[in-house]
Amino acid sequence: MDVQSWTYLFVGLTFSLYIGIAVLSRVRSTEGFYVAGRGIPALANGMATGADWMSAASFISMAGLISFMGYTGTIYLMGWTGGYVLLALLLAPYLRKYGKFTTSEFLGDRYHSQLARLVGALCTIFISFTYIAGQMRGVGVVFSRFLEVDVNTGVLWGMGIVLVYATVGGMRGITYTQVAQYCVLIVAYLVPAAAISWKITGNPIPQLGFGGTVSEGANAGRFLLETLDALHRDLGLPEYTGAWVPGKKSMVDVFAITGALMVGTAGLPHVLIRFYTVPSARAARWSALWALVFISLLYTTAPAISAFARVNLIEDLNGVAYEDVPDWFHSWETTGLIGFEDKDGDGRIRYSGDPEANELRVDRDIMVLANPEIAKLPAWIVALVAAGGLAAALSTAAGLLLVISSAISHDIGKSWLWPSMSEARELGLARGTAAVAVIVAGLFGIYPPGFVAQVVAFAFGLAASSFFPALVLGIFTTSTTKWGAIAGMLSGIGFTASYIIWFKYVDPTAGSDVWWWGISPEGIGSVGMLLNFAVALVVSRFTEPAPESVRALVEEIRLPRRAR
Amino acid sequence: MAADPKGYWRANLRLMAVLLVVWFFASYGLGILWVEPLNQFMLGGFPLGFWFAQQGSIYVFVVLIAIYAVCMDRLDRRYGVGEDSQDGSDPARSEP
Repeated sequence: MDVQSWTYLFVGLTFSLYIGIAVLSRVRSTEGFYVAGRGIPALANGMATGADWMSAASFISMAGLISFMGYTGTIYLMGWTGGYVLLALLLAPYLRKYGKFTTSEFLGDRYHSQLARLVGALCTIFISFTYIAGQMRGVGVVFSRFLEVDVNTGVLWGMGIVLVYATVGGMRGITYTQVAQYCVLIVAYLVPAAAISWKITGNPIPQLGFGGTVSEGANAGRFLLETLDALHRDLGLPEYTGAWVPGKKSMVDVFAITGALMVGTAGLPHVLIRFYTVPSARAARWSALWALVFISLLYTTAPAISAFARVNLIEDLNGVAYEDVPDWFHSWETTGLIGFEDKDGDGRIRYSGDPEANELRVDRDIMVLANPEIAKLPAWIVALVAAGGLAAALSTAAGLLLVISSAISHDIGKSWLWPSMSEARELGLARGTAAVAVIVAGLFGIYPPGFVAQVVAFAFGLAASSFFPALVLGIFTTSTTKWGAIAGMLSGIGFTASYIIWFKYVDPTAGSDVWWWGISPEGIGSVGMLLNFAVALVVSRFTEPAPESVRALVEEIRLPRRAR
Repeated sequence: MAADPKGYWRANLRLMAVLLVVWFFASYGLGILWVEPLNQFMLGGFPLGFWFAQQGSIYVFVVLIAIYAVCMDRLDRRYGVGEDSQDGSDPARSEP
């Protein structure tokens, strides 16, 4: 069987599985729709959180990005895992104890303010839409490459499938589909990684092969990373493992970006909501542990893939005559993701750190998708990667749709516009908004706004500078007041958004010499977060203290014990 | 035993502080601030600082949450604030 037949088989099987799960777990109450009836066991929720969290970006793009960044790729590896420590210690058990349905609802109750809740709901909607656009695009790209259909047809297929299982099954359907999707995506990630690791280093465990020696070829017996550093030096590129070398990000910027991503992770609404679905505060703690265990399986493998792919790419292509390039080069050339421009007219590919002399253009995204072909793995593994990429994109998209739907129908609809709405109507509204959100997300996928890649900085920056401080202060202090929290959130968001807009859109050519403190727009969320904390604490000193009911609420959520 | 919410909260904050210091040290410290000096040492084929940045810190995060989950279960029991188990996996029913 060829790659395409295998892909149809895997995609067909996994999609039927997802639909089947959705039909079996359909819901009829708002509690079922928003938080899966709070009956998800810790282990299953950990898996679902893993799939919810690991998006098309983690699965398809991250290893490729790291492959081109070397050491600096650390910002994603630490940034997108370290946040779970904050989540587990500072937020998850308390938000679960609080109960109810959304994160914004907690802000509204803790700061006894409809305004705080609305700010939260609007941030949720904005963050989630920026995120979802990338997911739908990812679905389209996978479909177009592996099934040779039009990108837009691929997006429509993805929309259709999410529409069914998100609106019918709500959070319960999404959770159990995410469990299945986690299994698909992790197998799809680890199998080719193990095969490549074994091929290059003779060790099938990528985390060990990464630090092992090259088993054949000109560099046999040499450490893989040492080989990679040498290859980079020969091409005039900064050393792969080098940290603060010219051509890479500065220490202060790496520090700030890692911080913004970590704190942003802990403040993303679609991740926070997952901890509402377990039975207890205790289960929330264990669930955070399982989530990070499942996530780290992929995240410790990714940098190994990056290094293997980098060695393969350089050795397969650099100095090779164009007519001798491997077949995979031509199959990806047609997608426009890789290209060769013969600048010196010698018919050979020259890869170089000097942009004038460099003749090879490689899109970061193909490193994971093309890796199995580059390593000449069998057709079924290539097809498995396609199914895994789809699982990663769809699971994240579904989680995002649900928080958009609950922000609109619950935080804005039920609590603000139509407080007298019955549960049945609210459930109908929730399903309706989920359906509309799928369509809007699909349109983003078909007509991607040019700024999609850049707005990811927005999503994390805003989550870091808005939700995180307000939630932490709300749980760990009783002295933070309504106006303290609101002023903190608005100044955090205001500062972060202005900085990002200025340096991304108004003056995008400005570099590290004009950035404040040398911090790029990607990392400015760290500063926004500190500003939010500072403003909230200061303003709280000068405004009316929170009423007694708030103190009781805070004391209540700090203890796992159930009220009786 | 009698429930002691204040003692529970103090013990929780202490545990959290210790874990967060380790969290900061292992990620920002070993993986970023001191990455170059550490890179002079090798761990197998890894420069040590690079290993902490791309592998070690993630393992440390997992261990930290594991310690937290286990210790908090103990604190729940010791201070008598644990909940009635509904997930079927809590052997400790310590409430009075």
